[in-house]
Amino acid sequence: MPEASIPRVELRGISKIFPAVRALDNVDFRLNAGEVHALLGENGAGKSTLIKIMTGALRRDAGEIRIDGRPVEIGSTAEARALGISTVYQELNLIPTLSVVKNLTLERQPQRYGLISWRKAGERARERLKRLNLDIDVERPLASFSIAIQQLIAIARALEEDTRVLVLDEPTASLDARETELLFQIIRDLKAHGIAILFITHFIDQVYQIADRISVLRNGQLVGTAPTPDLPRLKLISLMLGRELGETGPLRRAATGEAAAEPVLTTEGLGRRRYMAPFDLALRAGEVVGLAGLLGSGRTETAKLIFGAVRPDSGRVRIDGKPASLRSPRQSIGHGIGFCPEDRKAEGLIPQLTVRENIILALQTRRGWLRQLSHDEQERLAAEMIKALGIATPDAEKPVDELSGGNQQKVILARWLVSKPRVLILDEPTRGIDVGAHAEIVALIRHLCDQGLALLVASSELDEIVAVSDRVAVLRDRKKVGEIVGDEVSRDNIIRTIAGG
Amino acid sequence: MDRAKGTSAAMATLRARLGELVGRPWLWPIVALALILLVDSVVSPGFFSISIVQGRLFGSTIDVLYRGTPTALVALGMAVVIGTKGIDLSVGAVIAIVGAVMTNLIHRDMAPPLVLALTLGTGLLCGLWNGFLVAILDIQPIIATLILMVAGRGIALLIDEGLIVTFRSDFFSAISTGEFLTVPSRILVAAGTFLALWLLLRRTALGLFIESVGGNAAAADLAGINAKLVKIGAYMLSGLCSGIAGVLICGDIRGSDSNNAGLFIELDAILAVVIGGGSLAGGRFFLGLSVVGVLIIQGLTTSILVSGLPPEYNMVVKGAVVLIVLLLQSRRMRGSILGVFGRRRA
Repeated sequence: MPEASIPRVELRGISKIFPAVRALDNVDFRLNAGEVHALLGENGAGKSTLIKIMTGALRRDAGEIRIDGRPVEIGSTAEARALGISTVYQELNLIPTLSVVKNLTLERQPQRYGLISWRKAGERARERLKRLNLDIDVERPLASFSIAIQQLIAIARALEEDTRVLVLDEPTASLDARETELLFQIIRDLKAHGIAILFITHFIDQVYQIADRISVLRNGQLVGTAPTPDLPRLKLISLMLGRELGETGPLRRAATGEAAAEPVLTTEGLGRRRYMAPFDLALRAGEVVGLAGLLGSGRTETAKLIFGAVRPDSGRVRIDGKPASLRSPRQSIGHGIGFCPEDRKAEGLIPQLTVRENIILALQTRRGWLRQLSHDEQERLAAEMIKALGIATPDAEKPVDELSGGNQQKVILARWLVSKPRVLILDEPTRGIDVGAHAEIVALIRHLCDQGLALLVASSELDEIVAVSDRVAVLRDRKKVGEIVGDEVSRDNIIRTIAGG
Repeated sequence: MDRAKGTSAAMATLRARLGELVGRPWLWPIVALALILLVDSVVSPGFFSISIVQGRLFGSTIDVLYRGTPTALVALGMAVVIGTKGIDLSVGAVIAIVGAVMTNLIHRDMAPPLVLALTLGTGLLCGLWNGFLVAILDIQPIIATLILMVAGRGIALLIDEGLIVTFRSDFFSAISTGEFLTVPSRILVAAGTFLALWLLLRRTALGLFIESVGGNAAAADLAGINAKLVKIGAYMLSGLCSGIAGVLICGDIRGSDSNNAGLFIELDAILAVVIGGGSLAGGRFFLGLSVVGVLIIQGLTTSILVSGLPPEYNMVVKGAVVLIVLLLQSRRMRGSILGVFGRRRA
């Protein structure tokens, strides 16, 4: 598609300011008819804000939107739809218990004498699905179809006769390779009909399979747009992470050379279909293994599979060389494994309980319900941790949901530290933590490791990974694609491995 | 100048203290109970006087305790279930089943202690059923326990063959309506149950696990708690408590009245737990305060009776008092109460 022609959608100088955050800063963006345009960026880069402004879910604070060269106002999602912009959101806005017909005609049912004509509705639903070459029984409930088919039904619902722009927000997140290919065939077909497609994804491989052009957002700014062949992987990932290769990072500590020690925990082909490809990984006492990769590359998935929070369907885990069954968090904790989840609100804190109770919880579960820690012991452990981690709370009896985010994170960390694990898995240990606490936690990780703990640290921040890791497992598209050891651990090498160089 | 500063500092301390006090979960239920008892003693002089009549404690306060006992027992179990973010609507039906089983066994000339054990076992079994539906089949608690609430009285009637069956048993009459060292024995039964539950839940880690499961099930799971087992245990405790209440109620009327035994007791029990600061959102339970909640409800009933108002007022006044106590417990409401203090100062 030549650049000179009038773009289907053009955003000029778009800004959006949320309290204390500039979500989008003077973004210029063009989406052409008949192209698949991939939009990439890490968490908080502004992708979803941009989509929401394009689809009328949010109002811009500055800038201009043009469609086919004419300036337009998009005040609501209904107005966006009237202008031919359709969106399929990541969380499917479909109702699983209703039939396909009802899902496809939810907003506008064909009527006859003021009553709904289900015969006509069925015809209309089949028509819509035919455009995607989908021939299924439309009377069956949506939930009885595979996720891939549900995704296609969502697209069928979004596509109107006059749809000219289709926004797909991570449509392949829960699809396997075969299902993704099915979706891509349909995307190519829609493209051939002149529809402009904006494709948001975290899967780098898929971008190179389907996209004609790529745009990258970082910290609310558009940092690059280029035709796919002109943007090699390495350059794309550097753009997303905001670093040129060759910049120096903080100094790593010298490699300890203890890598030859027997591993505490090893995984052999551990994986789960549609979740994470089988991987091998070894964790040794006194060693920090970093998990690096872009958003959605499988960092959290790896951590949860090892801990048994999500059941693997292939492979096994050995502890001290002996096969061990880690099929639930309880079993893992019994083997001395701890896991600090990334989403502490949803998966970590018990909000009504006090700081003290939250801190002693994992140790108590490890002891069992009959051997209650004495109140004095609980208070001593809580006081020790509040001091050691610098948790800002007036006292240990405060409900934990009254603490700030950073302090809550420390409480969860404290919970696992007092349980004295042999293996500790930290998923984004510094997410949402201020700079001072950040350095404290990094120092703490190093200290724990020196005490002989085996650590697995997943982080989206390359600097953090490089600062703490003796070894880095690199992930891409839910696959482990490489391992970097000792002195080789550097930002450049991680980026190269992510890019598959 | 300095003095003014000193005064305002003292006021600030006072206000902080007040704020802390107002935020305590135990304050409002206890204040409410004290107020109700105060009103009672004004309306009915001699309310607090206790005498010994025929070797037994006698007085209005004893009466409140005596009458509140079955509800208090049910409320204890309910508090635990509500702590897991559940609810148990079947408690009244469990009382009916337990009563029918007990009556039936007494008529078989079984030894009374064995009857008692089998009867309480029936309560536990009912709780196991509820726990199975909630924890294993993953049915929402309100629906899961509704099943037994509806079916339970039918089961009890089947056991009774549709009749009100009476019995004579010195053993069960002594438990329900007798006295021990001048204290009505049912009050001792309730106190003993309370103590046993408190030891079980607060002197082991079980209470913490129950509150963790109710507060955030996903986090509790990742912390290694077996949420299914904890939930089943909670419903079994509730079944056991209802069973004990059933023994007292049937021992009192010396028979099994499956249509009426424990009818609507679940409503008073849930109210008592909520008045006692337990939230239906789960995550916290207070055994002692739930009992205070029962005493508030029972105290109100007694007040209306002694004040000479027609008993129809009971329901309406109960509703109003519950509303007031709940409002006082909401954080936002407390905030505005403090706000009033603040404005007055300024």
